Amino acid sequence: MLSQSLRARLLMAPALLWLTAFMVVPCLLILALGFFRRGIYGGVDYTFTFENFRLLADPLYLGIFLHSARVAGTATLIAVVVGYAAAYAIAGAPRRWQGMLLFLAVLPFWSNYLIRTYAWIVLLNREGLITQGLRMLGYEGEPPSMLYTEGAVIVGLVYNYLPFVILACYAPLSRLNPELAEASRDLGAGAFTTFRRVVLPQTLAGVAAGAVFVFVLSIGNFITPALLGGGKFQMVGNLVYAQFLTANDWPFGAALSMVLIAIMMVLLMAQAWGTAKGMGERNG
Amino acid sequence: MVRLGRAALLLAVLGFLYVPIGVLVALSFNESGLATVWTGFSVRWYGALLANADILAAALNTLVVGLISTLVATVLGTALALGIEARARKGRAVEALIFAPMIIPDIVLAIALLSFFSILKVPMGLHTIILAHVVFNLAFVSAVVRARLKTFDWSVTEASGDLGADGFTTFRRVTLPLILPAVIAGALLAFTLSVDEFIIAFFTAGAGRSSTTLPMQIFAMIRFGVTPEINALAALVMAVSVTAVTLAQRLNRGVIAP
Amino acid sequence: MTVLLNIDAVTKRFGAVMAVDRLSLDIYENEFFALLGASGSGKTTLLRMLAGFEMPEEGAIRLDGADVARVPPNKRPVNLMFQSYALFPHMTVEGNIAYGLEMERLGRGEIAARVGEIMEKTQLSALAKRKPDQLSGGQKQRVALARALVKRPRLLLLDEPLGALDKKLRAAMQLELKRLQHEVGITFIVVTHDQEEALVMADRIAILKDGRLVQVGSPHEVYEAPASRYAADFIGVTNFVEDGGRVLAIRPERIALFPEAADRKVEGRVVARAYHGLDLMLHVATAMSAQPLIVRVTAAGADRRPVAEGDMVTIGWNDADVRIFTD
Repeated sequence: MLSQSLRARLLMAPALLWLTAFMVVPCLLILALGFFRRGIYGGVDYTFTFENFRLLADPLYLGIFLHSARVAGTATLIAVVVGYAAAYAIAGAPRRWQGMLLFLAVLPFWSNYLIRTYAWIVLLNREGLITQGLRMLGYEGEPPSMLYTEGAVIVGLVYNYLPFVILACYAPLSRLNPELAEASRDLGAGAFTTFRRVVLPQTLAGVAAGAVFVFVLSIGNFITPALLGGGKFQMVGNLVYAQFLTANDWPFGAALSMVLIAIMMVLLMAQAWGTAKGMGERNG
Repeated sequence: MVRLGRAALLLAVLGFLYVPIGVLVALSFNESGLATVWTGFSVRWYGALLANADILAAALNTLVVGLISTLVATVLGTALALGIEARARKGRAVEALIFAPMIIPDIVLAIALLSFFSILKVPMGLHTIILAHVVFNLAFVSAVVRARLKTFDWSVTEASGDLGADGFTTFRRVTLPLILPAVIAGALLAFTLSVDEFIIAFFTAGAGRSSTTLPMQIFAMIRFGVTPEINALAALVMAVSVTAVTLAQRLNRGVIAP
Repeated sequence: MTVLLNIDAVTKRFGAVMAVDRLSLDIYENEFFALLGASGSGKTTLLRMLAGFEMPEEGAIRLDGADVARVPPNKRPVNLMFQSYALFPHMTVEGNIAYGLEMERLGRGEIAARVGEIMEKTQLSALAKRKPDQLSGGQKQRVALARALVKRPRLLLLDEPLGALDKKLRAAMQLELKRLQHEVGITFIVVTHDQEEALVMADRIAILKDGRLVQVGSPHEVYEAPASRYAADFIGVTNFVEDGGRVLAIRPERIALFPEAADRKVEGRVVARAYHGLDLMLHVATAMSAQPLIVRVTAAGADRRPVAEGDMVTIGWNDADVRIFTD
């Protein structure tokens, strides 16, 4: 008879090997690739260099980073504020409706990302429905250009990630003991003070985790800027894409993607640290 | 007052989420095919899809990738979940390894796999897309099955052994029937993810049109602008996702929402 | 009496914790045996070793003379009734009960007959087609019992069998279990932390502490002649009085109120009285001990001579009713 622990290992082995072969090893490869030179005709010249990382600090790329961060940050902020409010409203709805409401809010997240983005092209393009609406209201002249703007990219990002934020905010809100808020009111706090001093602190960890993901997914995004930004507004994701498919500078593309991973790691660690610190304060 | 405000907010958010999709679906039934004038209800654009050989070939590729990667991921992911939950001590490295596919930006995994396959000189095609899709699919399946196992009363498997069943019989007659809703729900979600996945497929499909999947086809079409065929195709693809996800939620309540 | 089960110097550790410590015990054919102990006493670990879910590090477990310590649970003629019942939620009552017989690859006719018979005995026939979540706690308990009994094991292990039932039902089931055990003629080992349950049901009781036996004996023996201060304290209520290097232990019902003749008499003040229906517990503060002594008075006795809190009373007992421990 196999021992319990050996059997568990055997069950885990195939999946873990798969993840190692097709995720860990390729990612390590990218890590290594960032330290090589670009070949003369594309491809990789295997001589060690820091050049790719030096290039990251070039004003051109630094500018793109900052711009991406601003766009992603704006989208994250909007998504978190709207998402938290929506989750708060769902958590306050009658119990029997909550599941259905949340399901409705999350469902779009599980449909095709490309199509959800495309839907905004239909709405925002020069002959799209929003222009039509404006015309019907009596607007004359050249329709405003809405597609291929930074605003369009932000709307697209918010649209795509809002369901995720609602889900992330709902989880801690639904776990919250309603008697805590009642106790706060009973002790003399107003509705807003109760929210700020009792509800928000206890749900912030979930909100922060959601925000980190939205920010990282936005800054590394490629589809939304490509389709709604018209290629004009590059995010780090588009830059990586270009290094691999048009510029043919794989080592630099690898270094860029490392930056994405680094941003994600730093933010996740900051979030974990913040959560742990918050816990410590509560316990101590 | 508060309740009214809450309802209005929810209505606005749900409207924001559903109006764009609704418009798309409505336009797919517009006889004229234009966004500007409604000339009557028609399914002609759906008919046009069936006549488009490229779309049909892409749909077939997507189905092949989706079905095979889901099947492999369901077996591996379920075994993984059972293995992890059977162990008393949870390894941090294992947790990180399983969590990673869900949070790594697609573009990073995509270029990593592209570099990996090209350096090893692996010819790319549908098979490499399948290899790649199994990575995130198995992570999702194992997450769903693990969530089920968290509330699983392991004493029933001991009871089965006590009553004379060997390990395999216990799995077949007790464990599997009890986790099956979660396994199927996980598989449905994995299938949806695979069918909708664009970036990783795009990078690991290799050159040549023979391994174009539906999202790749849609991406190419969108770049030419808004056409009635895309509207119809988009509506169909979304109908598949919505059906699969709704089914998953009904089978295993809590899988995407409580 | 033939020995059915011989537990011989069995030891089991979990890391640094000694769960069962060189424990030896014989259990006889057709006995109703209770393993009694507080949580952490090792009683559940011992039971799980008998069922085959844990393996002893040292020692032997002999069933009908053959060592089964390393035989897997599915190959032992021993069945366990789980504390949580562990009913298969996706099978009917009938399906749950038939499962163990299907594992023995019996014919369909025989399975149906034996399942029918045991459902009759445990009054489950009307519930045959129900699923576990459609049953009450008491019904689930009977299904778990029937599922184990139908296999006609040499030995049936019951882990806190009545623990999940409410108080009234528990009292009824104690007698019911005893009746059933007589009827099927199978040796029962019950694990419980409830001393009253053990006293009512068992032919013999073993008291466990820290993985070792404290005492083994009939309910009468362990109650009237506890082997140690721990045993005396664990079973029933006992007053302890320090007396030089010794400890005197005396049961509340052996102390008389206003005795006419007693080997020992003492004055005290009633500091509390607790009414239990059938009897009255008086807490009497005396110069003999720091703790008030508990005196049990029958309701009839209390009516004859009422006592109120604060009253001075005389209590007394006979030396024959005192146990002396020197620990």
